Amino acid sequence: MYLAISYTFQNVLLGTTLLGVVGGVLGCFALLRKQSLLGDALAHASLPGVCLAFLWMGTKDTYSFLIGAIFTGVLGSLFVLGVVRGTRIKEDSAIGIVLSVFFGVGVVLLTWIEKNHQSGNQSGLSHILYGQAATLMERDVWIFVIAGVIILGTIFLFYKELKLLCFDREYGKSLGYPMAALEILVTCLLVITVVIGLQTVGVILIIASLITPAACARQWTDRFSWMLLLAGLIGGLSSVAGTFVSEQFHRIPTGPTIVLVSSSVLIISILFAPQRGILWSWLQSASFRRRIREENLLKDIYGWVEKRNDWSRWPSLSNLMGVRGQSGIKIKKIARPLEHGGLLLVTEKAMKLTEKGLEEAERIVRKHRIWELYLARRLDLPPDHVHRDAEAMEHALSDEALAEFEELLGYPKFDPHGQPIPARRGSSSKAESKATGGV
Amino acid sequence: MWGLEPSHWTVLIVGALVATSCALLGVFLVLRKVAMLGDAISHAVLPGIAIAFLISGDRAPLLMIFGAAAVGVLTVFLVGILNRTRRLKEDASIGVVFPALFSIGVILVSYFAGKIDLDPDCIIFGEILLSHLDRIVIGGVDIGPKAYYVCGPILALNILLIGTLYKELKVTSFDPALAASLGISPTLIHYLLMSQVSITVVGSFESVGAILVVAMLVVPPAAAYLFTHRLWTMILLSVGFGILSSTIGFFIGWWKNCSMAGSMAAAAGGVFVLAFLFAPQQGLFARIWVRKNLRTRFRSQLILLHLQDEVAVQLEILRKRFGWSQRRLDNAIQRLVRQGLVERIDQGVKLTSSGLAQLEASGTESLSHRVE
Amino acid sequence: MKPAPILSQPSMDPSNQELPKSENHPPAIEVHDLTAAYGTQPVLWDVDLEIPEGSLVAIVGPNGAGKSTLLKAVLGLIQPLTGWVKIFGEEYSKKRSWVGYVPQRETVDWDFPTTALDVVTMGLYGRLGWFRLPRRSHKEQALACLDKLGVAHLAHRQISQLSGGQQQRVFLARALAQDARLYLMDEPFAGVDVKTEKAVIELLKQLREEGRTVIAVHHDLQTVNDYFDHVVLLNLRLVASGPVSTTFTDENLNKTYGGRLTALTQAAEALLSKQPDKRN
Repeated sequence: MYLAISYTFQNVLLGTTLLGVVGGVLGCFALLRKQSLLGDALAHASLPGVCLAFLWMGTKDTYSFLIGAIFTGVLGSLFVLGVVRGTRIKEDSAIGIVLSVFFGVGVVLLTWIEKNHQSGNQSGLSHILYGQAATLMERDVWIFVIAGVIILGTIFLFYKELKLLCFDREYGKSLGYPMAALEILVTCLLVITVVIGLQTVGVILIIASLITPAACARQWTDRFSWMLLLAGLIGGLSSVAGTFVSEQFHRIPTGPTIVLVSSSVLIISILFAPQRGILWSWLQSASFRRRIREENLLKDIYGWVEKRNDWSRWPSLSNLMGVRGQSGIKIKKIARPLEHGGLLLVTEKAMKLTEKGLEEAERIVRKHRIWELYLARRLDLPPDHVHRDAEAMEHALSDEALAEFEELLGYPKFDPHGQPIPARRGSSSKAESKATGGV
Repeated sequence: MWGLEPSHWTVLIVGALVATSCALLGVFLVLRKVAMLGDAISHAVLPGIAIAFLISGDRAPLLMIFGAAAVGVLTVFLVGILNRTRRLKEDASIGVVFPALFSIGVILVSYFAGKIDLDPDCIIFGEILLSHLDRIVIGGVDIGPKAYYVCGPILALNILLIGTLYKELKVTSFDPALAASLGISPTLIHYLLMSQVSITVVGSFESVGAILVVAMLVVPPAAAYLFTHRLWTMILLSVGFGILSSTIGFFIGWWKNCSMAGSMAAAAGGVFVLAFLFAPQQGLFARIWVRKNLRTRFRSQLILLHLQDEVAVQLEILRKRFGWSQRRLDNAIQRLVRQGLVERIDQGVKLTSSGLAQLEASGTESLSHRVE
Repeated sequence: MKPAPILSQPSMDPSNQELPKSENHPPAIEVHDLTAAYGTQPVLWDVDLEIPEGSLVAIVGPNGAGKSTLLKAVLGLIQPLTGWVKIFGEEYSKKRSWVGYVPQRETVDWDFPTTALDVVTMGLYGRLGWFRLPRRSHKEQALACLDKLGVAHLAHRQISQLSGGQQQRVFLARALAQDARLYLMDEPFAGVDVKTEKAVIELLKQLREEGRTVIAVHHDLQTVNDYFDHVVLLNLRLVASGPVSTTFTDENLNKTYGGRLTALTQAAEALLSKQPDKRN
């Protein structure tokens, strides 16, 4: 791959990466406080500020642009707050109002400047809309660096207070922290980040620089500190990747490429992240379902033999097929891991429980019957109803819960159908005689 | 007429058409708290338009509208499933979906720049001023600006939708659970509404661009919401405010020679600010007035009640008891004096006979408990 | 033999084996003519209240009676229209470190990326002040508090993985970490299982033994007698307050939850009926 590390490219890369990192970290706050879309409004709201700053200064001056944008950005967020607190209008509408109206005013100013102002054409103002990462200058990058240091430093300094703000504002207030001031602080940091990011990815996409890396990070960790670090990392790396890719294909602008990279990372994260990922929970539930099928098979074998009270005769495959109406192939499939685990002995004629298998089967049957009894006694369900319900619920019963139920029921000996409840392990040698009987 | 040329009239009419279309739908967006979905759709439809371009190679409006509606529905769908995985909250889902889709759109437009004759600026700002010039000519006959034939039918569609599904929209907006129990599918209504929003958004793009569409979708209905929460009134007011905004915006844009769309959006904002300040009950001034008034009334009532036990009391004691400033105490007492319930004596106040009577009257009356 | 206090670490606050009563024994809380409203809706009216130190107090009343509002007014979380509140004879801002707050569970987003231990550690933030991060010793203290509530084994679980009762206990552990003399709890028994309820009441009793004061908004009238020694009956205005034995009577309950109202509430009604109907 031909990598052109030109001077301009360096600037672009630095600029986008810095934004990616800072945006990612700060975006966590917006995400967790459910203010994701506020960033969108702030971005749109900065346009009039930039234009006003231009009118004031007469030329394109990044510093004054920043200040102007921050000014209207903060104004916009105050407006949202005021509308939501004081009227019946909800936050999403308030954000939509600020977004479109401030932006509209900004567009009015922008077009007025371009048409009527002497240096309107070179104002570079309209680049705010899409971002022109390619035109980033060294001076801009230095501003990014300074802003980045300030922002990240502030977050580090006020880490626990900001965490408190996001998690439990009222409690923090009761501890004596000035929550309102902290809120203003976070909003200001957000505005600064948004305004700076406008130059790289533009108004419409800046929100993705904030939210997408944070959303990714949330999938991978449950710790706030790690989430901040991860979001910064993902944001930065997405920017690097996006900038390089965009450089290869000159017709493709940088901003959108970065957004697509981070969005892809998000999709991957949502699907594959351990614990929270969709694939993970699907696998977990698949394994859970498998366990249920295996337990049922052991229970069926036990029940079949118990009914005949002849511990030398074990059910054949066709016998077992009759219990639940399952196909022979399916039963064999379920039995295989049980065989491997030493719980079953599968011969041509029958499926036998080993001693270990018997132990396990008794445990399951115990669970089932105690649960049945509980349903019958405490919930007054008739005995013929309880079996199916118990079937559905017993697999989820933990051993501790089982022990509690037993205690609650007074250590019963028989279930609602009159079948004996197998004693707990270690309290009888009945199991041994069953296992060795007629093998 | 009135110094306006035909081209001006076109702009006014197109503006009014778009404003009305948007207001009709926007009322429901605001009530259902999905205003930002409207914004998201307005950005996310870009890839739909781009792909339609690639396919048709020309500005076939029907295909564009269809493509955009499809992407609009896709947006809503993606937001929905992301939210339902419970890994993302609703606002975050919106915030990640529409930039991704918009990015795809921008990349398509840039990469296939030759084949896609889309000016991104036009998407954002629209060029309503040109709507007069872009006309439809059939068989050599100029039947009018294209915008009429796009925005007009869309408005008709919107009216049709609202008209036929009024009850369903109303129920699903205010009480989705009840709707489901009545056999109305909130999801279906949601998607119908959103596809209509997509269609409206795209149809209006050429004339007014994305900003104005969002403004017209959200701002006039929100302003109307400050005056009433009855659905029908809200719709009428929204349409009124929308047309007002587009008209005022036109004049501002004309006078100041700047973006029409921006001016209309700004005008809508102005209307909202006025509503925010002056609406009865919900307006800022109304609220301040009531609250101010309320406090004084509370205070007067408290003084009256304290006089119940000791018919006359010193002002100083009252002040210490309540911890109020002298002015507040004076205001409250003044009120009571005016109502003839107390009279001033020496350094204090005393209940008058009517004051006593009022207390006794409220004491013997039994009211039922105020349940929340 | 007196049981050891919940926290055996010496802290900034005056608490060792048993808390000495504060100088001059001012009441734990003194409320005077408190009136509060949300917008135009009065929530508390002319509440006069004194709560002695070292008692377990229940605040009961119907929904919307202003119970949570009373707590928030005491904590300075809302601005009352009239009246004042004193804590141990002084303003809240001066006695902040003496007060621990347990808010309602619903006020928090349990999806937040934080563990049970983290939440409890937040209770120690007040002592850390600005800019300092909690150290290992703080984490150990937090763990000890979790242990007192019987949920130490959940320390590293993310909080949405906890049951309602466990979440409530984490909240209580956090308050415990503050080592306060006065605890304000908003519905600590709401929606918790029997086991948690037992654990909570054990904790409250132990707090009382150490001379601390606990004020809890409580919704279950059946258990007021068993769990608390003082009760405050609230319905917009104070109906009655005092020891459970004398105050928790049928007559007072009637007044709180329904039936005839006294002049003050009627005056509130009269006032409100002249307001434009906001529910239109």
